Amino acid sequence: MSLFKKRAQYTIITPPAKKEIPAGLWLKCKGCATVIYKSKLEENLQVCPHCEFHYPLTAAERIRLLSDEASFVEMDANLTSVDALAFAGTGIYPQKLAESTAKTGMTDAIVTGTAALDGRAMALGVMDFRFLGASMGSVVGEKVTRLTERATQERLPLVIATASGGARMYEGMLSLMQMAKTSAALAVHQDAGLPYIVIMTHPTTAGVMASYATLGDLLISEPGALIGFAGPRVIKQTTQSALPPNFQTAEFVLAKGLLDRVVPRSQLRRELSLYLQYLAQAK
Amino acid sequence: MPAVLEFEKSLVELEDKVRQLREYSRSQGVDVSHGIGLLEDRIAETQTQLFANLTPWQRVQLARHPDRPYPKDYFQRLLTDFLELHGDRRFADDQAIIGGFAKFDGEPVMVIGSQKGRNLKENVRSNFGCANPEGYRKALRLMQLADKAKLPILSFVDTPGAYPGIGGEERHVAEAIAVNLREMFKFQVPMIIVVVGEGGSGGALGIGVGNRVLIMENAYYSVITPEGCAAILWRDASATPQAAEALKLTSADLLRLKLVDEIVPEPAGGAHREFDRAAELLGQAIRRNLQELRALSPAEWVAQRYEKFRRMGVFSEPEGIRP
Ligand SMILES: [Zn+2]
Repeated sequence: MSLFKKRAQYTIITPPAKKEIPAGLWLKCKGCATVIYKSKLEENLQVCPHCEFHYPLTAAERIRLLSDEASFVEMDANLTSVDALAFAGTGIYPQKLAESTAKTGMTDAIVTGTAALDGRAMALGVMDFRFLGASMGSVVGEKVTRLTERATQERLPLVIATASGGARMYEGMLSLMQMAKTSAALAVHQDAGLPYIVIMTHPTTAGVMASYATLGDLLISEPGALIGFAGPRVIKQTTQSALPPNFQTAEFVLAKGLLDRVVPRSQLRRELSLYLQYLAQAK
Repeated sequence: MPAVLEFEKSLVELEDKVRQLREYSRSQGVDVSHGIGLLEDRIAETQTQLFANLTPWQRVQLARHPDRPYPKDYFQRLLTDFLELHGDRRFADDQAIIGGFAKFDGEPVMVIGSQKGRNLKENVRSNFGCANPEGYRKALRLMQLADKAKLPILSFVDTPGAYPGIGGEERHVAEAIAVNLREMFKFQVPMIIVVVGEGGSGGALGIGVGNRVLIMENAYYSVITPEGCAAILWRDASATPQAAEALKLTSADLLRLKLVDEIVPEPAGGAHREFDRAAELLGQAIRRNLQELRALSPAEWVAQRYEKFRRMGVFSEPEGIRP
């Protein structure tokens, strides 16, 4: 099934010699170095058809993947970040925000709202790594909190697809406290007996990992995603020891017992639908 | 030999002179009280000047001062009948976070605290105050026990951060912290947090949710170390003082941002110069806050904690900038 079919399809083109391919239509796979057409990749949910390498999805693409057509109703789209600390006094933060908005068309690193999948209602949040590394600042924290509160109020299951490089350093301690704020809302959601499903995507780390990304009743990850609290470089430096093979990959943390399932993107929609079905009595 | 920070040197030199004069006075039987008086005035003056103009980076250094009182030093001075309780019942007894029953002003409480060592041997035991998942899970177990026994929880934070190790990742340190964050919003007891030295990011917050968050004057609390921030944003270790400034991590900054409730004053020159006085000042602040909190009901403690953290964050909405 092709979920992202905005572009024309190049079905019968046989791969010409490299130099003849117009730049921008193909890429060399990060996973297997095969030359693949971007259109092919798009048809395949941004997964390499040869090696299954999972390329990132934009928030909009993932919302389409995980919800019934036109069911998603966005909330709090008007929230934007401010340079509350006047970070380093040089306006770097507003500039970074403007660059990210220009690049992504998003106002911050998460899109939240209500949606349905196979007719089952849910509160859905999707992070987008392109926006400042999906770092968590006040806006991300507030949107996750409001989404969770809404889910509690309307007795909805909560689904969040996470990605994050960590804290929004430009917001200093305001950023750190979002970990507590989001967890507070999740405490109430949990006590209301409502289910929460986390879908981790590459990479899910640091402050997001140590708050709402690990508080789900189900913790699911896409294959190959980096999943961890501290960065591998910091760990290597601190411990002065070699890291185990595949350390902090989805498969590694699954084997350590920290995840419920690693789910290929092609199966994700179907599986999410099943989780919602199995958890349907919890409401 | 006590450790002396670069910016403390002028002060320590003056103090050495006073000591030498006293020694001389005693051995020679000469009266030098006038000279000592003058020097002591200068010490007071230097101290006032120095501490009125400390940079954020200097405060971080004070918070990390090797002679600074650690949570255990406050335990000894503020608590009686401390019974340490060990272990997370799953894997280990992480000595980077300790805790147990104690009495504050004769009243039972549950106390939690980061633990740093004074020497290498102690630091091997307490991992320099950097907890593994077991530390957070032990803290959770003790807080749950406090909730059951209806005991107020006092948490003393002084950690560079959670330990970034292989084992910690394998045993899910992120989940341990996250679960603490969530559960700390549920306890139907008063909770007071005091950041007494280093408030190292998520590792500090993992035992840092309470009805009141107090911070000592020269403590810091930051989302990342100034060194880490300088390395990432400036790609230059020499930018550490700038990073410390930019992160707004001092007690005064955090009070302004409404992320802490109160600054606990320290003795002149910093807590490391007078442990007893520092403990006395901290004790007064805890006592007052605890008295205020005791007037509330269990439901109010829970609601107040929620509301307090719910308000944290600054962003823009069409109506204007909140909060
Ligand atoms: Zn490939």
